[in-house]
Amino acid sequence: MSVSRIVVEKRVFGVARWVVIAVLVIVTVFPFYYMIELSFVPIQELLLHPDRLWVPIQDFTISTYQTVLKSSDDGGEGFGQFMANSGVVAISTALITLVIAVPGAYAITRLKFFASRQISGLFLAVYMFPVIIIAIPLFVGFSVIGLSDSLVGLVIVYIAQTIPVSVHMLRSYMRSIPESIEEAAMVDGASRLRILRSLIVPLSMPTILSTGLYVFMIAWNEFLFALLFLTADRNLWTVSLGLSQLANGIEVPKTILMAGSVLLTVPIVVLYGIAERWLTEGLTSGADKG
Amino acid sequence: MSVQTQADGRTVAPRGDRPAGGARPHGRARRSPGARRDNLTGLGLVLPTAIIVIAVIIVPILWNVVLAFENSTYLTVRLNGIFNTPTLDNFVGVFTDPSFWSSLLTTVIYSVAGTAGSILVGLVAALAFRAPFRGRGILRSLMLLPYVAPVVAVTFVWQIMLNPQFGIVDALGKDLFGWQSPANLLAKEPYALMTVIAFEIWRYFPFAFIFITARITALPRDIEEAATVDGATPTQSFRYIVFPQLLPVIALLSLLRLIMNFNKFDDVYLLTGGGAGTDVAAVRVFNTLVGNSDIGGAAANALVLSAILGVSLLVYMKFFGRRVTES
Repeated sequence: MSVSRIVVEKRVFGVARWVVIAVLVIVTVFPFYYMIELSFVPIQELLLHPDRLWVPIQDFTISTYQTVLKSSDDGGEGFGQFMANSGVVAISTALITLVIAVPGAYAITRLKFFASRQISGLFLAVYMFPVIIIAIPLFVGFSVIGLSDSLVGLVIVYIAQTIPVSVHMLRSYMRSIPESIEEAAMVDGASRLRILRSLIVPLSMPTILSTGLYVFMIAWNEFLFALLFLTADRNLWTVSLGLSQLANGIEVPKTILMAGSVLLTVPIVVLYGIAERWLTEGLTSGADKG
Repeated sequence: MSVQTQADGRTVAPRGDRPAGGARPHGRARRSPGARRDNLTGLGLVLPTAIIVIAVIIVPILWNVVLAFENSTYLTVRLNGIFNTPTLDNFVGVFTDPSFWSSLLTTVIYSVAGTAGSILVGLVAALAFRAPFRGRGILRSLMLLPYVAPVVAVTFVWQIMLNPQFGIVDALGKDLFGWQSPANLLAKEPYALMTVIAFEIWRYFPFAFIFITARITALPRDIEEAATVDGATPTQSFRYIVFPQLLPVIALLSLLRLIMNFNKFDDVYLLTGGGAGTDVAAVRVFNTLVGNSDIGGAAANALVLSAILGVSLLVYMKFFGRRVTES
């Protein structure tokens, strides 16, 4: 009786498992496929054949990409400029965040100064607050001091938002570096700063790089603060903001914007492809310990 | 979160779990000059981090509290700086507006359904991907795409897919099922809320998937093998062996996702703008701030939300706290 139940269950789950995998893969991947597909067709073709799931070779076009990248003076949508803005913002955010977070993470990991516990607690609390609650005062304050219509203001906000998670990722790695290495260096007379520069930073390089990539991705993807700060000045738009602003209107054909959303997505997917293993390990570190 | 808390305990008091252990480094720091120098170095190293978090997160949160008790506009802030005439009007406004309560209910439905759905799908996915097969690594990476892709790009694709004129969903609905009228899933109540929740599950099940997979990979196999030898069926061994060991990580995920969903802005704003019964809390605050230029009202609204979230978290920790901190 129970033996046959085992056999039945094994057979059912053996089949169900592949069905689940197939459905999940289709559901996750299809929107990305659809994005790429539509980015290569003229809008008239989409309106004529909305149910087409591939691009016939005679309809294939890259004019969507040309139009979306050209500046608006040349009759394009200016995504070239938007990508440059996003790139500047995301790279500066990643670099400055690392310069600040690496020493911070090291101090919190190793040095037992009095406020370390409170500061860690503070970092946790930061996760709890709705972003919108800091958005209101920052929006008001930055517009009063004149930082709200600039990429500098945006970078400052992004640094503050990504520092807690950066410190967490760096710290969970630095904790695994044996203290005995540092003690040996100290016996040789190295200072803390020297140890940080010539021991900890080289040893943590893979984690530092993946943290930097992660911060880059957060800054590149961010939407709310870009919307609050930059909407008024089209020259400052990031790719995310540009796409969302143009998507609201009816002037720009949707397949051209689809090319824009491919341009928005590709850098992230490439970086994720490079750093996937590090990133998932960094994010879930600790979760596997039960 | 608990992972970090536990980790904190370990870094601060490496030689004991008792609170007294935390005081020990303190005492030692006073005695040895080397440790005192360490203290100063440590402060110096952590100072930039602390300054930016205080200036751009802590101070704004406190200022938000002040703003909530004032009738401020951009003009009054520009003229009078931080402090203006105090008032309770904003809170009266929030609590007497029926749309606040309906928005709160929408937020709760959205957060709970989104959390439960994404964890359930993530769990099923983790179980389906448990046994190795050729190509598993690649497919696993593909599964994370919705989570890492830019939110503006994926919401835009969903909008186009669901577009009533040329979206693929309506087109296939007509071809395959003979739909007569456009489904218009993002513009009609109650479908809009269901669609937004479906999007939430689609975008965040990968998050649950990686956490649960990390835990499942670390599970010892021997108990299950012993159970199989003793004649346990696959469902039994899941129910009595695997699932109980996953509970802590599921509790942790529920907590994280509930907080994130409760505060969610981007996804809903980009999909529906808060229309058609999807007026979740953060979108409402944004529309009060930008649409109505009502700074005080928006601040009071945001403050009430944080308070509701804070109280719910306390209650949650009271009932499930032990389970979460054990994880």
